[in-house]
Amino acid sequence: MEINNSPAMDNGVFPGQVMDLPGGGLVTSNFQDLINWARSNSLWPLTFATSCCGIEMMSTASAKYDFSRFGFEVARATPRQADVIIIAGTIVNKMAPVLKRLYDQMADPKYVIAMGACAISGGPFFYNTYSVVKGADHIIPVDVYIPGCPPRPEALLHALITLQEKIKSGLTREQIREQSLTPQS
Amino acid sequence: MYSETTLVNPGSSEQPLRDGQLVINVGPQHPATHGVLHLVITLEGETIIKIEPHLGYIHRSIEKMSESLTYRQFIYVTSRMDYLSAHINNLACALCVEKGMQLEIPERAQVIRIIMSELTRIASHELWIGAMAMDLGAFTPFFYTFRERETINDIMEQTCGARLTMNYMVPGGVMYDLHPEFVPRVKSFIAQFTRKISELEDLVTDNIIFRNRTVGIGVLSKEDAISFGCTGPVARASGVEGDIRKRFPYSGYEKLQFEQCIDTAGDSFARYIVRIREMYQSIHIIEQLIDAIPEGDYQAKTKAVIKLPKGEFYTRVETARGELGVYIVSEGGTTPYRIKYRSPGFSNLSALNHMASGSKIGDLMATMGTLDLVIPDIDR
Amino acid sequence: MDKEALKLYLLEVEPSVVFEEGTEWITLSIAAANWKAVAQHLRSDRKMDFLFCVTGVDWKTHLTMVYHLRSTQTDETLVIKIQLDRNNPEVETVSDIWRTAEFHEREAFEMFGVQFAHHPDLRKLILPDDFEGFPMRKDFEDPVNMIKL
Repeated sequence: MEINNSPAMDNGVFPGQVMDLPGGGLVTSNFQDLINWARSNSLWPLTFATSCCGIEMMSTASAKYDFSRFGFEVARATPRQADVIIIAGTIVNKMAPVLKRLYDQMADPKYVIAMGACAISGGPFFYNTYSVVKGADHIIPVDVYIPGCPPRPEALLHALITLQEKIKSGLTREQIREQSLTPQS
Repeated sequence: MYSETTLVNPGSSEQPLRDGQLVINVGPQHPATHGVLHLVITLEGETIIKIEPHLGYIHRSIEKMSESLTYRQFIYVTSRMDYLSAHINNLACALCVEKGMQLEIPERAQVIRIIMSELTRIASHELWIGAMAMDLGAFTPFFYTFRERETINDIMEQTCGARLTMNYMVPGGVMYDLHPEFVPRVKSFIAQFTRKISELEDLVTDNIIFRNRTVGIGVLSKEDAISFGCTGPVARASGVEGDIRKRFPYSGYEKLQFEQCIDTAGDSFARYIVRIREMYQSIHIIEQLIDAIPEGDYQAKTKAVIKLPKGEFYTRVETARGELGVYIVSEGGTTPYRIKYRSPGFSNLSALNHMASGSKIGDLMATMGTLDLVIPDIDR
Repeated sequence: MDKEALKLYLLEVEPSVVFEEGTEWITLSIAAANWKAVAQHLRSDRKMDFLFCVTGVDWKTHLTMVYHLRSTQTDETLVIKIQLDRNNPEVETVSDIWRTAEFHEREAFEMFGVQFAHHPDLRKLILPDDFEGFPMRKDFEDPVNMIKL
C-alpha cells in the first residue's frame, strides 16, 4: 500500500495522511489531531473590549482585515458560547471580578489572548494609579500576549494564528511550560 | 481587593420593588454598552422605571496620574481617554499648556491641527454610525463605515505613526511635519468620501426600520439638555447652540466658514442626522484648508522642560462627543498640581435616566446608542 | 453684559464675596453657607443655566470646590470657589438647580470626601463600594500600587 502526503496536508492544513487505494483514497488521522484541527479553525471570540484596543479589534473584524478568514467571525456576546476571550484593554480592580466570572462561565476548552500593553502589564497606566490591575494574567491565565498600545490589526491576526498553531500542537498549558523549562540539549 | 460586592446591586437607596417590578443588569459586559458600562434598570413589564448607571469599570485614575507627570508627558495619557477623538483630546491639553505659557503657535501648526481634528471627527462619527446601526440590528453599515475609517487611519499613520492613539499634538505645535503625500491623499479621500457618505445615507437614513426605531425615541428637550450639561451632537440635536468651535473659537476656527448643525426634535433620529451633517461640515472645513496650508514652522520653539506660572488655566474644545474641558491648577512647578478633565460623555450619560424612563426596554439601545458614549472618557 | 455689571450684581446678592484679580473669567470665593442662595439667584436672575464643570482641589490645609458656570444665552462665564474644612467638608447640593451636578457631586464625594447636604442619592459612582479613602486627596496612599514620589 502506498502512503501519500498530499501537498495540502504537508503544510499543516489537515492533520493526516492519504492512502491511495484503487477507486479513491483513504484518509487516516489521529482522532485528537482531527478535533484540534477542527477546533482551531472555528474559534468564537467573546466581544469583550474595555478600551482603546477594542477599536482595533473591531477594525480587525471589519472590511480591511477581516479575521473571519481565519475562522473568528462569529463574535459572541455571551461567554457561554465563546471559545476565546480577547482582553482588549485595561483591567481595573473593579472589573477584575467581572473578568474572572466571564472566564469561569466559558465552556472548556477556553483560550485567552491579552491584547495590548494594559492587558499584559498595566500599560501606560501602571504608574501611580490605585485602580489598575498590573496585567490580566494576575486574574486569569493567558495563552498569547500581543504588545502594542494599541497593537495593529496585523498583530492581532498574528496572535490569532499563533493561538491556532498552539491548539493544533495539541499540548496543554502544563506541557508547554514543561517544554520551555527543560533545557534544550 | 477583588471583591464581588459590585456585581449584584444591593446598596441602592431606592424604595423596595413593588409587585411586578423587576431589576435587570445590563453590562458591564454587554455588546451594546460599547465598553464596560453597567446599567441597573428597574422595569415594570417592558417599561423602564429607572436607570442607574454604575461607572468605574475602566476607571484608570488618569487625573491622579497626571499630577505626577510633566506637562509634556501628561498629554499622551489623554489619547487613551476618548480614544476616538485622540487628536482633539491632545489638542485640548496642548492648548491649556500653551495658555499657561502664553505661547504663540505658528500658522502652519494651527492649520495642521484643525485638519487633523476634523479628520478625527469624521472617523469618530463613522465608527459611531457603524456601531449604532449594529446595536439596532443592521450589520452591513459597520463594514461600510469601517472601510472609510481605514482610509483615515492610513492617512494618520503616514504622518503621525499611529492609527489610533496618535500623540501628535505637543505644546507649541505638532510633533512632526506633514508627510509629503498627506495633501494628495486627503484630497482623494475627500473626493471619494462625499460619494460614500451618500451611499451610507441611502443605506441608513431612509431605511424604514431604522426610522421606526429612532424617530421620537429618547426625546431630550432643550431645557433638560442644558440642565444636564449635555454638549456636542446630543445637545445640538435638542436645539442648544453650543458648538465650542463657533461660540468660543480656538486654534483658528474663527477664520473658517462652517455651519453649526442644529436640530430641534431632540430624539435619536435628530442626533443621527446632526452627526451626518457634521461630517459634511468637517469635509467643508478641510476643503477650505487643504490647499492653503501655510509654509513655515510646524512647532514653536519651546524649552525642553515646561514650567507653568502659578495659577489656573481652563481650555475647552469640541470633540466628536461634545465639550472637553481641561482645568489645570498650577503651583509653578513642572507638574500640574491638579488636573480635571471635564469629559463630555460624563454629563451626557447623566441624562440617560431622564431620557429613557418611561420608554420600552427595546428602545434603550437606540437612546443609548445615539448618546455616543465612550466609557474610558466617562470614567477617566 | 460686561464684567463689572456682573460683579456689582454679585456684590448686591451677597456682599461677602471676594473676587480674584487677573483671571480670565470672573472668579470669586463664597462661604459655603451662602452658596445655595447665590446659586439660586444666578440661575433665575442671570440665566446661568449651564454648569459645565464641578471639581475639588485639595490644598492640604483645606479643600476647595470649584464650580464653572456659563449662561447659554449671554456666554458669561463665572468661576465660583468654596473653601471647605478638610476634616469635615460639607456644602449644600445644587443638583436641584443644575441636574448635571448630581453626577459631578457624587464624583467629588468619592474622590475628595465632600459631603453634599440634601443630595438625593449620595453614593459611590466610580470607585468600588468597599474602597477606602479619598484617592484625589494629596495624602492618599496606596503602598501596594503607587510609587511614592
